[in-house]
Amino acid sequence: MTFADWIAEPVNWAFLAIALPTLFCGFRVVTARNVVHAALFLVATMGGVAALFLLLSAEFVAWALVLIYVGAVIILLLFGIMITRAPTGIDWTLSGEQQIIPGVLALALFALITWASLEAFGTSTLTVVGEGSSTELLGRMLVTRFVIPFEVVGFVLLGALIGGITIARRDLTPLEEEQRGAV
Amino acid sequence: MSLLLAAEAHFATEGGFFVDTAGIMLILPFLAFGAILAFGKKLPNQGGEIAVAALAINCIWAVTLFIQNMVSPVVTERVIEIGRIGSNLSFELGWVVDGLSVMMYFLVNVVGLLVFIYALGYMHGDRRVPWFFAAFSLFAGAMLILVAAPNLIQLILGWEGVGLASYFLIGFYWEDMANVKAGNKAFMVNKLADVGLLLGAAILGVVMGTFSFSEMEHLAVSGDTALAGVAVVAGLLLFFGAMGKSAQFPLHIWLPDAMAGPTPVSALMHAATMVTGGIYLMARTFPLFQNLATDARTLMVVIGTITLFGIGFLALVADDIKKVLAYSTVSQLGYMMTAVAAGGYTAGVFHLFTHAFFKALLFLGAGSVIHAVHSNNMSDMGGLKKHMPTTYWTFVIGSLALAGIFPLAGFWSKDEILVTLGHEGWTTVMWIAIAGAFVTAFYMARAIALTFHGTYKGHGHPHESPPVMTRPLIALAIPSVLFGLLNIPGVEWPGIGNFTQWLGVRGVAMGDHHAEGIDFFVAGVGLVAGILGLLLGWMIFSKDRETQQARDRFEVPLLYPLLRRGYYLDDVADGVTYVTMGPLARFANWTNTYIFDGIVNAAGGLTMLLGRFVYNGLDQRGVDGIVHGLTAATDGAGTVMRKWQSGRVQQYAAAFVGGAIVLAAVFMFVI
Amino acid sequence: MTVIQFVILGAALFSFGVYGLLVRRNLVLVLLSVELMLAAVNINLVAFESMLATSELLGQVFTVFVITVAAAEVGIGLAIILMIFRNRQSANADELTLMRW
Repeated sequence: MTFADWIAEPVNWAFLAIALPTLFCGFRVVTARNVVHAALFLVATMGGVAALFLLLSAEFVAWALVLIYVGAVIILLLFGIMITRAPTGIDWTLSGEQQIIPGVLALALFALITWASLEAFGTSTLTVVGEGSSTELLGRMLVTRFVIPFEVVGFVLLGALIGGITIARRDLTPLEEEQRGAV
Repeated sequence: MSLLLAAEAHFATEGGFFVDTAGIMLILPFLAFGAILAFGKKLPNQGGEIAVAALAINCIWAVTLFIQNMVSPVVTERVIEIGRIGSNLSFELGWVVDGLSVMMYFLVNVVGLLVFIYALGYMHGDRRVPWFFAAFSLFAGAMLILVAAPNLIQLILGWEGVGLASYFLIGFYWEDMANVKAGNKAFMVNKLADVGLLLGAAILGVVMGTFSFSEMEHLAVSGDTALAGVAVVAGLLLFFGAMGKSAQFPLHIWLPDAMAGPTPVSALMHAATMVTGGIYLMARTFPLFQNLATDARTLMVVIGTITLFGIGFLALVADDIKKVLAYSTVSQLGYMMTAVAAGGYTAGVFHLFTHAFFKALLFLGAGSVIHAVHSNNMSDMGGLKKHMPTTYWTFVIGSLALAGIFPLAGFWSKDEILVTLGHEGWTTVMWIAIAGAFVTAFYMARAIALTFHGTYKGHGHPHESPPVMTRPLIALAIPSVLFGLLNIPGVEWPGIGNFTQWLGVRGVAMGDHHAEGIDFFVAGVGLVAGILGLLLGWMIFSKDRETQQARDRFEVPLLYPLLRRGYYLDDVADGVTYVTMGPLARFANWTNTYIFDGIVNAAGGLTMLLGRFVYNGLDQRGVDGIVHGLTAATDGAGTVMRKWQSGRVQQYAAAFVGGAIVLAAVFMFVI
Repeated sequence: MTVIQFVILGAALFSFGVYGLLVRRNLVLVLLSVELMLAAVNINLVAFESMLATSELLGQVFTVFVITVAAAEVGIGLAIILMIFRNRQSANADELTLMRW
């Protein structure tokens, strides 16, 4: 399949329209000089990924991604930024001085993955694009074949919740306890 | 008889209610673990009653199965498949019911219950009691999982579980840094050995296409060629794992340090059950060693012999009463390992069985003493006989059993080992083992003399322990006396047979030698060695002196003849002189002084010298030297590598990513 | 549509994530980069699911699991960062050289 054939499909226009902004936002996540901007670019990236999922007719996963990331995780990360008092303005020291080696490594990784997948999948096409809803099947799978992993993941979440509280909680010093008791 | 029984039993699949529900034993201790952690603090005994209750219920199953195995033996297993690797390598959990595992259920649950009850009294008012009982229950559960294992994977699960519980309990008093280090040392040494176990299990699993013990037994007996090809390597790797858990030379170094834990822990884990895990593994895989891995057995016998003889000497110079018993345990484990390796399946396991009772008894007795005088050192004890009569008499019974005095349990099991060694052609080893029996008796006499006789040298007023502690001592003293009778060579008790037959109830015939009758020569020599050791130790150490150190100090005769003569002329010879008169008296005196004392002192002194030499030369310099050498090498390498170690996480991450990329590229382009 | 376009997009996002992981000084931003990498993995999973069209919807099921575990990871990660910040008054990765002997 040549590029001309590829670009002739209208669905690929939609893909490009979503993918290019997503890529840009993803790039800005790691290069933005403002912490809050980086977090907001991640929101946009996640939105783009969710849109791609919709394109692949995986609507449940798409909405789950939006709810969890945009709704919860980013808020959590923003709280983290506030609490650790990161400078919220433009900060030129947000990235370290040593950027060449990471850059080379990232490029090498990208080249390697791209080359390997071109070798492996070449022009394999997607089959179920645009076909109805897969949510029903997904729900069925989660409570039948994958019910035990599903429960286990639930326990992992619970464990993370308790662990997070335990780690982040600070025991009051005796002085503070006294003050609290006085009030 | 037993071979026939085993062959028939293989086809039996019935078993009844208690076989079907034996899995309860594996679950209850873990439930107790959770329950104690959850609300142990609120209970009057701080959770101890839950642990005791769990093991008491377990005992119903353990004792019933043990009796059932006597009258209507079955070999069966109940397994549930948990997962699969590939298409045919399955992973199952479950429990085995056969002679060996039933014996271990009995041992773990009955000794465990007595030790738990004892611990109620011993730990009363101590720190973190709920955690103690929780970890102890965890140990009991893991140990039962180990001995119930129908395959290597479950065995490893239990194996690591008991290691973890051991780590928790050795470092129980973690406020003292030394205890933490002891726990770490035990964990590290065991982990090193576990590498061998894991590799051995992996090799066996891949070659056989199964981890199941019963299938391994059949393959081993039928001489499967694929298994025969790897049997020696896999057998040695398994043995390396067993060396760590069962404290065989030179991996025994962790066990004396492990005495840092509370005494009930030492009694149950580091004497009676956990450290016998390695012996159990050897017994469980015995057909592999007996039929295929015969070349591996020579090394195993040598290691076991070094352990039983060399390490026993260290007990001669230890001051800490628990260390005396710890070195003694290592030595006894050496006996078991030597026996199993030489082909004495029954002999080794029978000694495991009897040893568990009398060594637990000795440790609990030592704990009772420690409880009374608040010190581990025999230099703070002495003269406790009149203060603690129950502890004293039960301790003496345990010591006599350990020393192999007729007709106590240790006599029969040690005799069985000696006979097996002689029969399998290890005559030299047999004589070394007899010499080891002499040393065993000698240091036990020393321990009794220094602890219970003479005048009290410690502080405060010692008192007998409460009944909750002394009753388990009495309960353990009974099997220490009687259980040897279960396996008198050639004797079958009406209706139940004997221990050899019970133990022979396995999927395949073990093919080890069973004596038809008592070998009076070997039994006699072993008994004489034990009695001589006791008498000699008694003569040297029973005298009361200014300090315990003075009682313990034993000068080498050739170097300090005057000093020695001063002691003996005053004491022994004077008594004789007063009674008899004239030349006869002088002759008797002379005989006493020069010949009798000379022999006594020379023998004792040589033994002590050898003990010191082994302790200082081999243990402290040799083994510890290797450890220190390794440490120094690591230290040097660390200094060189230090420049690379910036501590910056992201540099490490970059190296990690780079490594992953290189590896991926290698897989893509090269392979 | 071909599968390769999604895989390349995923690879690009993943590489961005790796770059951010290695250069960002602020630990919260490091965590952000990790999230980016996980999103890239999710794209691959869903795309391969579309390609293979398994009857059990394996790719999407695992995407759900990845998202869940990622949420747990953010929670724990932030708690750790908070703890580090509280003890050392800094949330910068290059100032944490505690792993050095």
